Amino acid sequence: MLACLLIVFREVLEAGIVVGIVMAATQGLARRGLFIGGGIAAGVLGAGLLALFTGAITQALQGFGQEIFNAAILIVAVFMLGWHNLWMATHGRELAAQLRSAGNAVLRGEKSLWALAVVITVAVLREGSEIVLFLYGIAASTHTDPLTMLAGGVLGIFAGAALSWLLYRGLIAVSLKRLFSITAWMIALLAAGMAGRAAAILAGIDLIPAWGYQLWDTSWLVSDASLTGRALQALVGYTDRPLGVQLVAWVVTLLLLVTGSRLLHSRSTSHGATP
Amino acid sequence: MRNLARLTLALLAFPVAAQADRLVTLDIQNHTFTPSSFEVPAGERFRIQLTSHDESVDEFESYDMKFEKIIVPGNTVTVFAGPLHPGTYTFFDDYHPDQAKGTVTAIAAKE
Repeated sequence: MLACLLIVFREVLEAGIVVGIVMAATQGLARRGLFIGGGIAAGVLGAGLLALFTGAITQALQGFGQEIFNAAILIVAVFMLGWHNLWMATHGRELAAQLRSAGNAVLRGEKSLWALAVVITVAVLREGSEIVLFLYGIAASTHTDPLTMLAGGVLGIFAGAALSWLLYRGLIAVSLKRLFSITAWMIALLAAGMAGRAAAILAGIDLIPAWGYQLWDTSWLVSDASLTGRALQALVGYTDRPLGVQLVAWVVTLLLLVTGSRLLHSRSTSHGATP
Repeated sequence: MRNLARLTLALLAFPVAAQADRLVTLDIQNHTFTPSSFEVPAGERFRIQLTSHDESVDEFESYDMKFEKIIVPGNTVTVFAGPLHPGTYTFFDDYHPDQAKGTVTAIAAKE
């Protein structure tokens, strides 16, 4: 039961980290609950469907359908996160000001919310389909006691969700003035990590060059197998033995988002208040 | 910009990704790998082909070798691994991590 709890907990936490950051980053946007809830629901639904077709996806694209699918949805998420950060760079200031004065949701950010709803869907879909398959395997198995293991799985979902909630509460506890600059960084790191992960998956099946395997080995410090390693992977894209192309994708994504936001931000402030 | 040019050059200099000629075949049944350990030469990329005879879904995974692939009953999947430094690397079934475990030992080529 404990093993079961841990497996599910890990997957939920990985998706939950993304949801927590997105929730903090959309603080104050009108109707964000609808978009985030919708994103989670679509992800859960998609996870069930994905689990159903895992066999077919695996066999697709010369047996590497799973990898290509995972990399593709990660790349979609990277673009959506990027879109949001650039949008925030132009609207973040007025949003923070309105939040401070009115104290509730005021600004319409539908475009950005759509992008983030997609990110949430992707995160839930990715981790969710693994949970569905895992729990399905337990239910179908005749060797182990399915009820206690299922209980472990459900507890894992709650524990993962609770920890993600704490992350969110911790984030919004910081002052509103700094919230958006903190979440902008977290989203940029999230996107960089996903871009690196996508690159690693594609290099893992020899589709793109690796530019060096195992640039360094920090598994003695934080191992990918540890819970800290997994959390850091979800947060900032950490891996104990990165590929060259993975590091390049990580750095390039981070640089693009940070410099892009800087440029847009300075332009929007030099023109005064945006209409 | 110069870095970008350098990157493009580096990409062009790699006509194909690393060759992986060696294929290791594994089976999983009753959540146990057969063989559960094997040797490969260090510094070479290789492929592992796994066929599942299990009744439930497994996830063929290795933190050490950075692969992760779901395998449904009756299916066969292939993953790439390496090049590895000499040493021992572990792989497992993430859905039954206590039962299904195995190791790869990378052997340094003799001088």
